[in-house]
Amino acid sequence: MNWVNAVIQGILLGGQYALIACGLSLAFGVMRIVNLAHGDLAICGAYLGLVLSSALGVPVWVTLPLLLPAAFAAGMALQVLLLGRALRHGVLAPVLVTFGLSAMIENLLQVAATSDPRGLNGGALTLASFTVGSVTVSWLFLAAFLTACAVLSGLQLALSRTSWGRQVRAIADDLDTARLVGVNVAPVFATVAGIAVATAALAGVFIGTIGTFDPLAGTNTLIFAFEAVVIGGIGSLAGTLIGGIALGVTQVVVGEINQAYAVLAVHLLFLAVLVVRPGGLFAAHQAAHEPRRQGALG
Amino acid sequence: MTRDVTSSRDAEPSATVSRWSRTASVSTGAALLVVAFLAVLPYFVGGQAEQPLITLLTFIAMATLWNLLAGFSGLTSFGQQAYIGLGAYGLYLVASHGINPFAGVLLAAIGAAVVSLPVSALVLRLSGGYFAVATLVIAAVFQIAATLSPSVGGTTGVILPGLAGYGDVLREALTYWATLAVAVISVVGVYLLVRRTFGLDARAVSSDPVAAASSGVRVGRIRLLAYVIAAGGTGAVGALIALQTLYVEPTTVFSVQYSVYMLFMVLVGGLGTVEGPIIGALVLFALQETLSADGAWYLVIVGGLAVATTLVASRGIWGFASERFGWSLLPVGYRVRGHDR
Repeated sequence: MNWVNAVIQGILLGGQYALIACGLSLAFGVMRIVNLAHGDLAICGAYLGLVLSSALGVPVWVTLPLLLPAAFAAGMALQVLLLGRALRHGVLAPVLVTFGLSAMIENLLQVAATSDPRGLNGGALTLASFTVGSVTVSWLFLAAFLTACAVLSGLQLALSRTSWGRQVRAIADDLDTARLVGVNVAPVFATVAGIAVATAALAGVFIGTIGTFDPLAGTNTLIFAFEAVVIGGIGSLAGTLIGGIALGVTQVVVGEINQAYAVLAVHLLFLAVLVVRPGGLFAAHQAAHEPRRQGALG
Repeated sequence: MTRDVTSSRDAEPSATVSRWSRTASVSTGAALLVVAFLAVLPYFVGGQAEQPLITLLTFIAMATLWNLLAGFSGLTSFGQQAYIGLGAYGLYLVASHGINPFAGVLLAAIGAAVVSLPVSALVLRLSGGYFAVATLVIAAVFQIAATLSPSVGGTTGVILPGLAGYGDVLREALTYWATLAVAVISVVGVYLLVRRTFGLDARAVSSDPVAAASSGVRVGRIRLLAYVIAAGGTGAVGALIALQTLYVEPTTVFSVQYSVYMLFMVLVGGLGTVEGPIIGALVLFALQETLSADGAWYLVIVGGLAVATTLVASRGIWGFASERFGWSLLPVGYRVRGHDR
């Protein structure tokens, strides 16, 4: 049993969870929507990667310049056509709508692609690795982790430095006041939804390259992303990364002892955090049962 | 508060306030006749008619209980399959200890309600979408726990014991009666519950918990009560499902499909009405009978209709009908009528 190795692999795995989770966290922080189809959208990204890379005969990475803008556009369309409308029907409607959407996506994927597990063509990266001491690191895992860090810090920078980011933070703090001072809310919502779906699709590509995926994988993907968000503190992107890493390390370390208990341990960690600090471990003065007060992004 | 409203109504002599109506009397009478007819049905027809009716009655019970949570109390749980599974496994445990499985349905329901108490302490800390995903996590935890327990068959599942002494005809008839009883108790129980102050309180909690708390509603207690009752009832439904299938397997009893069904029936029928879930159950049943040949498409349509209903007709079929025609078969509110005739 190699604990150092387990912890390092766990941290790398945690990066993937954070990558799926950041869109969920962002969408909640800004639009107050918990998108229950978020995991399914990530899996859709993986299927889109599968279609594109097998049609073009190239590793899935080459298709990202096509895939990511498509996912961004899909996210914007989703916001304009569905989520934005649902928001007008009160707080419960988005929850109901996104859960229905999740069921639709999962079963449409089953109709279109059967329930066979699939994997993505990651090219030479898939099997490449390097060894430091007793620890062997897969380049693919490292790439996923570094991508997650890059996406999260890029988002954080965009939120804190750009005019778009100022508008997003204003909306997250207080929607009505933001409107009052002239923020045009609809395009900001659309871009946030676009980013959420694009990052989910990117995470889906990594999920599909590292392991396999099937039409029903979305629900578990959502659960893991959600747990990363809650453990890290709702609405905090840095917290989301730490939350993801906490999940990943728990999963790999417990898996080292007994593989059957790995996922259960992750869920129990989440429930324990819920008991001790419902607002998350890394978010001060925030409680999950007070959704209106969770303004802080980052 | 209710008293004040009543007294101010009393001070207005030109109108009467009534809860019941002629429509309600007629529909209650008709409902009693239907239930009586359903109760004696096994004496006239065989298993062919019982099987689909069992499915329909299970749908009605599931939808009615989910409506108590989501429709009346604003708790959109998508993890009620946790209690379906607990009820099914509970029945297995009870039956394997030599207790009659039909009597065991009650014990399985009590078991599910007891388990839901500590669970509620966790999930009721959250609300809205966060509550919804947390309930999914709970269902996943129970499913994994069942998978990891060799005493309940692990991943392969277990056969329900204790039914060897019954012939097929008697067993099916008893299952049917048990399902009918659970469906009727669910509908009548939820109806009586939401007619009381609980109904008003629950709606207040659902629309604005902070405002409800500031008007003296005990928010935590209302949510706890709704959650535990729904869990117990759903546990009974789970036990009935085990009685029908005679086999308990983790992936089937903890399937998230049950939540999709509940969502569909309650939304399409009419969220937050007593009549709505019954109508939704009839619609789902009809859909299932017509489309069941193509499983995945059926669920696509079910999910799509649920989404469309929320966006286009958020009050559902019954909400639309009662608004359009002023119907109220099982009144929970009050009617005010002027005396100017």
